[in-house]
Amino acid sequence: MFAHYNLRTPLGRARGLGSATEGLHHWWAQRLTALALIPLTVWFVAAVVGLAGSDYEQFVNWLSTPYNASAMILFLGVSFHHAQLGMQVVIEDYVGNHGWRIGTIVVVKFICCGLGALGIVSTLIVTFGV
Amino acid sequence: MTQTAKPADRPLSPHVFIYRWPLASLLSITHRITGIGLTIGTLLLTSWIVSATHGGDSYAAFTAFIGSPFGYFLLLGFSLALFYHLCNGIRHLFWDAGMNFEIAQTNSGNWLVLSGTVVLTAAAWLLALM
Repeated sequence: MFAHYNLRTPLGRARGLGSATEGLHHWWAQRLTALALIPLTVWFVAAVVGLAGSDYEQFVNWLSTPYNASAMILFLGVSFHHAQLGMQVVIEDYVGNHGWRIGTIVVVKFICCGLGALGIVSTLIVTFGV
Repeated sequence: MTQTAKPADRPLSPHVFIYRWPLASLLSITHRITGIGLTIGTLLLTSWIVSATHGGDSYAAFTAFIGSPFGYFLLLGFSLALFYHLCNGIRHLFWDAGMNFEIAQTNSGNWLVLSGTVVLTAAAWLLALM
């Protein structure tokens, strides 16, 4: 009989269940990173094609120029940002269980941040001399 | 007392796995699959740069792995996924801008994305191996 007893008013229970209004920022960030990744991907593919068959010294020399190092850092940073935004949407769509959903999103975001940091710091180490 | 309902003797609406998928739906899910693949593929990208921070031997070990048949297989998958996601991503940006929503435009876009993926992948590999 008291199962439905709740101190919260019906209005209070209904509030906060709607849009968190954060969707637009997520949507915009995903599109902006996508746009930035068009020229960055073209640069990356051209770089990898040009580097095919090159040895360690050639690679270090290539990554030591400010232009290539900057482009590589941008490519890594924007790629991982874009990846974690996209993966979040995929997980939200297909993982039904609330706990698993939140857990997977957090783990994927942490891995993306970790790999991004590792890639950028490694680029800087190569650029400034191993 | 519940009675087991007799299966209705009338046609059922087609389930998603029975229904013949339009090409556009297939390409839509491929965008997500390649996105997930590219996110996993960033492990390859990060290990490439990290290997260079450990010196010439470690970089040579990485390039030897990439030059192996399995490495080529991974690179082929990565390049196909990258070019597909790039081409279809550009199409998504046009859609986001409210353009190309007609069925005829979607159909020609399907083939443009598919041929773009094949041509760009083939061109990159030809240039890299030449």
